[in-house]
Amino acid sequence: MKIKNKTFRQNAITYAMVLLFYLICQGLIMSGNMSSLMKGLMVPICYYVILAVSLNLVVGISGELSLGHAGFMCIGAYSSAIFAVCVDGKIPEMAELLLALVIGAAVTAVFGFLIGIPVLRLRGDYLAIVTLAFGEIIKNVVNAVYVGVDENGLHFSMKDSLSLGLSENGIEIINGAQGISGLPRTATFTTGIILVFITLFIVLNLVNSRQGRAIMAIRDNRIAAESIGLSVSKYKMMAFVISAALAGVAGVLYSHNLSTLQATSKNFGYNQSIMILVFVVLGGIGNIRGSVIAAFILTILPEKLRFLSDYRMLIYAIVLITMMLFNSAPKAIAWRKSIKERFFSGKKAEAGKEAQ
Amino acid sequence: MKMKRMMCAAMAAAMTVSLAACGGSNSTAETTAAAGGAAADSAEDSGAASSDAVFVIGGSGPLTGGSALYGTAVQNGGQVAVDEINANGGINGYQVKWLFEDDEADGEKAINAYNTLKDGGMQMFVGTTTSGACMSVIAETENDNMFQITPSGTTADITKPANVYRMCFSDPAQGTKSAQYIAENGVAQKVGVIYDNSDTYSSGIYENFVKEAQNQGLEVVGAESFNSESKTDFKTQLQKLKDAGAELVFLPFYYTEASLVLKQADEMGWAPKFFGCDGMDGILDLPDFDTSLAEGLMLLTPFSADAEDELTQNFVAAYEEAYGETPIQFAADAYDCLYVIKAAAEAADITPDMEISDMCEAMKTAMTEVTLDGLTGQGISFDENGEPNKAPKAVVIENGAYKSLE
Amino acid sequence: MSSFLTYLINGISLGSVYAIIALGYTMVYGIAKMLNFAHGDVIMVGGYTVFVVCSTMGMPPLVGILAAVIVCTVLGVTIERIAYKPLREASSLSVLITAIGVSYFLQNAALIIFGADTKSFQSVIHVPSLSLMGGQVTVSGETLVTILSCAVILLALTTFINRTKTGQAMLAVSEDKGAATLMGINVNRTIAVTFAIGSALAAIAGVLLCSSYPVLSSTTGAMPGIKAFTAAVFGGIGSIPGALIGGIAMGVIENLSKAYISSQLSDAIVFSVLIIVLLVRPTGLLGKQIQEKV
Repeated sequence: MKIKNKTFRQNAITYAMVLLFYLICQGLIMSGNMSSLMKGLMVPICYYVILAVSLNLVVGISGELSLGHAGFMCIGAYSSAIFAVCVDGKIPEMAELLLALVIGAAVTAVFGFLIGIPVLRLRGDYLAIVTLAFGEIIKNVVNAVYVGVDENGLHFSMKDSLSLGLSENGIEIINGAQGISGLPRTATFTTGIILVFITLFIVLNLVNSRQGRAIMAIRDNRIAAESIGLSVSKYKMMAFVISAALAGVAGVLYSHNLSTLQATSKNFGYNQSIMILVFVVLGGIGNIRGSVIAAFILTILPEKLRFLSDYRMLIYAIVLITMMLFNSAPKAIAWRKSIKERFFSGKKAEAGKEAQ
Repeated sequence: MKMKRMMCAAMAAAMTVSLAACGGSNSTAETTAAAGGAAADSAEDSGAASSDAVFVIGGSGPLTGGSALYGTAVQNGGQVAVDEINANGGINGYQVKWLFEDDEADGEKAINAYNTLKDGGMQMFVGTTTSGACMSVIAETENDNMFQITPSGTTADITKPANVYRMCFSDPAQGTKSAQYIAENGVAQKVGVIYDNSDTYSSGIYENFVKEAQNQGLEVVGAESFNSESKTDFKTQLQKLKDAGAELVFLPFYYTEASLVLKQADEMGWAPKFFGCDGMDGILDLPDFDTSLAEGLMLLTPFSADAEDELTQNFVAAYEEAYGETPIQFAADAYDCLYVIKAAAEAADITPDMEISDMCEAMKTAMTEVTLDGLTGQGISFDENGEPNKAPKAVVIENGAYKSLE
Repeated sequence: MSSFLTYLINGISLGSVYAIIALGYTMVYGIAKMLNFAHGDVIMVGGYTVFVVCSTMGMPPLVGILAAVIVCTVLGVTIERIAYKPLREASSLSVLITAIGVSYFLQNAALIIFGADTKSFQSVIHVPSLSLMGGQVTVSGETLVTILSCAVILLALTTFINRTKTGQAMLAVSEDKGAATLMGINVNRTIAVTFAIGSALAAIAGVLLCSSYPVLSSTTGAMPGIKAFTAAVFGGIGSIPGALIGGIAMGVIENLSKAYISSQLSDAIVFSVLIIVLLVRPTGLLGKQIQEKV
């Protein structure tokens, strides 16, 4: 009972934190006190939080190092963008966004399952490199795909837009590296925050459920878990697919926040996957609330460092290294502990004196 | 556990502070803007231009990462122009402030850069440097009705919104004109193409080139690609085109990669004709590059740093003095952008205290009326679609220098 | 036929550069059990060192190469000391992220020091190219030297590891750190030596990479680094002959798929082959099968 209460309280703090953040930001926006930069960052913060929380499900809860999370984001973004272009103007905006989210999540979940079959047979760093490879394959293939639509239906090509053979009034949907343009920009801060809540709800509930405990048991001791009859592949796949689907949702948000969509090494490459991993590791592996906070801070930080001009990314790198050393080095942890002990013991002694 | 909770509390506190700081900094920006406006008002009353009010023109481009070269060139070229304009009395008597932000050549970051510039009081936007990022920013500027001119974004759709203009040639213009030039002058019959399929600029020109080449009766014997992840080894692509019997290889990408293509073709002992676009400009200034490899290379370029005219020579001298390197075409485009803004602003007689949207409307009318003798062309004018009217110069490299082809 | 040979030779040439980089990756992984994502950027530092010494200061190539080896070795050991050593007992993920931080740092420091413009690198290799089959196939001097250096480095490394005390200590540390400490091996020193060798190899790889593909910018090392990492995993990470085989296989597959399948999808094909290999042999071509202990 006690444990249940404790997790309940912990989860409530996380939800409250996000709600508070939303209320503060909405207040600032309403009263016109928020800068354009921050206003523009609201939706990106939401999808980075979703990405970080969903990756934490694989890296922290399931214990598998994945370097291809941006690939799932890419699938979600592209599938929903194709849908958006096809139905543009034919159905109301809200319905479009809602359907796009469902489609994005579903398509990504299917890909997550297909990719999960080979990937989850591997371990450790080999698993990491295969997820990286899948991420790069997705990006590479998307850049070589041409899709068009006319009255005869959809046309595909892997060569160039000329070979699509579109009729006069056909439109190109995906134009290779030039991507998809003319997307509706329907993602708002409120929808973003709602999706963050849904993500947190799914992940936190999973972690505290029977299935979640099974996943963590497999992470901690695979052989012991197997010996008590847990199906290792089933539970690993469950975490992997849910995580992929949530990344797909983040991708939908991404594609509905920009008017054009292109797959570059910046947004869907391994660099992005690693960036999301940085959120997870800095926030604390397995710590969902930490991921939320780290994603928020590290999305804002490079923007807030703009005044450093040329030295911006250099300082960012130094901050990253220092934070890692401060957070994870055994010596730094011991040092922090000793400071804390001194601080608290001092306080206790004082309290004792006062009581006397 | 306690430690973690403390950390959380600290982070939450930091969050609130940073948010509050954002609100705070913005309100100060607003007050200064208001003060600036007031100053301008009073200045107008007294009938003389106030030196307090300034035009704030912003720009963005990649200053970090693999494309940093291009963003830096735009930043520096713009700075040279702004310094000159200010030294000569500014625009309509007001000084010009040039702000520049890093957009990492990415759509999402470009919007952040644009918003940062807006927070800095930007009134007109020169950007973005790269085509892909530009495509996502035009939606923002259209929304704000902010006047925008891109120095180097080539994708055709960039100038779709009414508020967006372009200084360089568009993809269709470059690809089509290249094919026409090759066919009309009988340079070659069998052509091969190598292009960067991860880059909007390169694949855009490639498509338009192939389309026009077919119209012109050229035979495209092969189209090979590379991407931003493997852009050092071109031997296989070259060998394939060689086997296909290409007499000319069209290279619609930047000079850094092109210098590798030329070297590797030379190593293979293959010497077809090479034809490039405006991105090729700069190849002769690559330090330590063996310019004999580029002998016979043809390219369409609006700008060359070796040009004899006074304007170019002054610009190159000023740029070299300030930054220690020879300007590339991106710098020249940015320079021309600022002078076009100056010309249009003077024609429209705008002042810094105008609303951004009103300023844009006034500029839009003026843009179609002005002509500019710039670095990248004589008598550049703009049509209402935002496209520049200027003729690309076809040049060939002979004895390590450009020679005009007529 | 002659085209096929050309593709093959191009592949081997590209592959041997990957192989030398992969050797550095694999050694560090084998001993420190960490993925050193900053390895690619050490290559870039090596390239810039040669550029400064040879092109700017006008020194002979040999001095440049020597300077690059020294600078990279010092850099590698310093990075290990400052950024990785404090995290020796922390989770491997923390070290991975720190390595990424170091990689960002090196790239952006180079961007600030050397500017954004691409430098053209003057090849330090002056070997005439080789003509085969009556001039139908040419092999450039750079390719010859790259393949040759790759072979020499492999031989030297194998000898070093099998014949010297330090080499044996490295083997012992890679097998079992705890037991190695008990046997009186200084683990910290051994790891430092590994980083020194890995970084010296990165310097040589930098020289060869920049001589074969003579452009130099702050991101020069990033992509070859990732490709080489893939090659190391392909061959079985931790295995030295595996790195060589993996590197060359990657280069050949990349070039042949460009030539015969699609130049647009060559990266996707390379990565697909990697995935298939790992599914058949989950620890790479020559990797050791890890026995699970209960």
